[in-house]
Amino acid sequence: MKLFDRFFSGMRGGVHPEGRKDLSAARGIRVPPLPKKLFVPLQQHIGAPASPIVCVGERVLKGQLIAVAQGNVSAPVHAPTSGIIIALGDHVAPHPSGLPVPTFTLACDGLEEWAALQACDDPFALSAEDIAARVAAAGIVGLGGATFPSALKLNLSRGVQTLIINGGECEPYLTCDDRIMRERATAIVEGISLIAQAVAAKEVIVGIEDNKQEAIEAMRGAARASSMKVVAMPSMYPMGSEKQIIQVLTGQEIPAGGRPADIGVLVHNVATAFAVHQAIRFGRPLISRIVTVSGGAIKSPCNVEVLVGTPVQELIDFASGYSQAAARMVLGGPMMGQHISNTGIPVVKGSSGILALTADEIGHDAASPCIRCSTCVRACPVGLLPLEMAAHIRGSDLAGAVDLGLKDCIACGSCSYVCPAHIPLVHYFNYAKGDLAAQERSKLKQEATKKLAEARGERIARIERERAEMMAKRKAARAAKEAAAKAAAEAEAV
Amino acid sequence: MLVAAIVSLTVLGTVLGLLLGLAARYLRVEGNPIIAEIEQMLPGSQCGQCGYPGCTGAAQALADGSAPVNLCPPGGVALVQALADKLGVEADLSGVEDKGPQVAEVKEEICIGCTRCFKVCPTDAIMGAAQQIHVVFREACTACSKCVDVCPTEALSLQDVPVTLQSWYWNKPKEATA
Repeated sequence: MKLFDRFFSGMRGGVHPEGRKDLSAARGIRVPPLPKKLFVPLQQHIGAPASPIVCVGERVLKGQLIAVAQGNVSAPVHAPTSGIIIALGDHVAPHPSGLPVPTFTLACDGLEEWAALQACDDPFALSAEDIAARVAAAGIVGLGGATFPSALKLNLSRGVQTLIINGGECEPYLTCDDRIMRERATAIVEGISLIAQAVAAKEVIVGIEDNKQEAIEAMRGAARASSMKVVAMPSMYPMGSEKQIIQVLTGQEIPAGGRPADIGVLVHNVATAFAVHQAIRFGRPLISRIVTVSGGAIKSPCNVEVLVGTPVQELIDFASGYSQAAARMVLGGPMMGQHISNTGIPVVKGSSGILALTADEIGHDAASPCIRCSTCVRACPVGLLPLEMAAHIRGSDLAGAVDLGLKDCIACGSCSYVCPAHIPLVHYFNYAKGDLAAQERSKLKQEATKKLAEARGERIARIERERAEMMAKRKAARAAKEAAAKAAAEAEAV
Repeated sequence: MLVAAIVSLTVLGTVLGLLLGLAARYLRVEGNPIIAEIEQMLPGSQCGQCGYPGCTGAAQALADGSAPVNLCPPGGVALVQALADKLGVEADLSGVEDKGPQVAEVKEEICIGCTRCFKVCPTDAIMGAAQQIHVVFREACTACSKCVDVCPTEALSLQDVPVTLQSWYWNKPKEATA
């Protein structure tokens, strides 16, 4: 079976978790009622948080810019609906840490009054720079979950050979990309063409897992007039990961520590392509996304188009609430998503799913010692040795784990999923990566403070020197004056 | 036979001695290279908490072996371990409590604007002027506590660096079973 997979999928390792997509795959995208309040965080992307430009008490319109991007890696934030900003303060972040982040609280007025939008009737007449600028202004980030600012990716990848559009959606339960492809294929195809134009890609491939036949047909139908290829890929986790989808569709592997652009490839998610279409054709910024609400504990699982900032609880209520007690709430997919404990947190640009899982579904067992069966080695799609890396990290030898390729780990969770001893392998890797990043930060800080200390030393020395010089000059001047006075007195005496 | 042995050994000894003498003159090492390497590892803010005149003095003492590897409070546990690895000694971690990264903070209500902290800060991390409330730039502060020592109103204190989304990361898994 393993050999068979390897032969047909073109991917190393991988696992076959139970799909459970049937819970929500047949449910069309619906729009829940407008909540009373939206909680819009300033940080919904990788990079620096956006900087607010509206005041508390101000009325904002739907789609109005309320926070601007700060620095190169950042994205702006727009008002998801019209209403009044009633607060800007800390609110729990949709993040495993549960830390508070600066968040706008928007009291919706229910009028849905749009701000003036910069639509474009002939988007294909736009230049590559113009497309990237409009994508940046719309606050579009990678909607597959990584939330990297899309415009930056467009600018860094200009002139690539291949544009890959990721319709893999390999995470169990999630059906949001499946539904958007089925229902909005024409808009997605136009978005893809715009991205292809922005990076001057020579070839466009849309990769969709073969468990989404309707989506494949819809996309093939919409793409008939264009040169893009819609390819069915074998259903396997983590097919939707950037490195893996490139390997499967092009046969090339990204070098360790490299980026897709290094081998002439750019990958964007299907939902991102749709957002690009909305931004350029209609001038609409990214203020909503499709979210799957599912899991064994949800009464009627569904796919919804929600405004950014909608509290998770509202969506659970929209899905008729719980059918039984949820043992765990997850934001995102069950393999890589985040465990959340508070349903007051808002949906953000990167939230693809809200899952309420029952105790049976999570099947949590206590970890036992590693039996060195190497099942994790066979499951790792990157070809690493998870058991060895975890052993090094456990012994606080992070450098040893890095030598084994820790930095190439994509944290897909395949190793933890298959581990018969239930060892939290990915947790070890996430800890180690975080600790290494913290060490790197403190090293940078130390270098910076060292420079400051040196600069201060030099400045103090310079001030001392200047003072000494001035004293010497004054002394000389006084001596000259005295000498002159003496000479004058002597002259007078004579 | 005896003469040949004496002569050959004398010549050999003279030549080798000369070579050694020349080598000592031309291949001389300026200072102990490990001092520079250790100095690179130290925070470099010259705070003097170790009791030596600045980080160079501390590096010299470390290289001589006259100072313990846990002499630098701002360096924390990470530095103790790095120094112990470098010098090949056992690190005594019992004396060092790792408080995690800290920075100085001014309590604005009781700052009288005396500028004392501003004058002693080795990294120019404090901004202020006479009769004005002073403020600490977190990014430049090394938590050397020099300002805390000179503050007449105890407005300055060391605080833990707040954890943000940018700096947070997963803790180490508790079950030691991997």
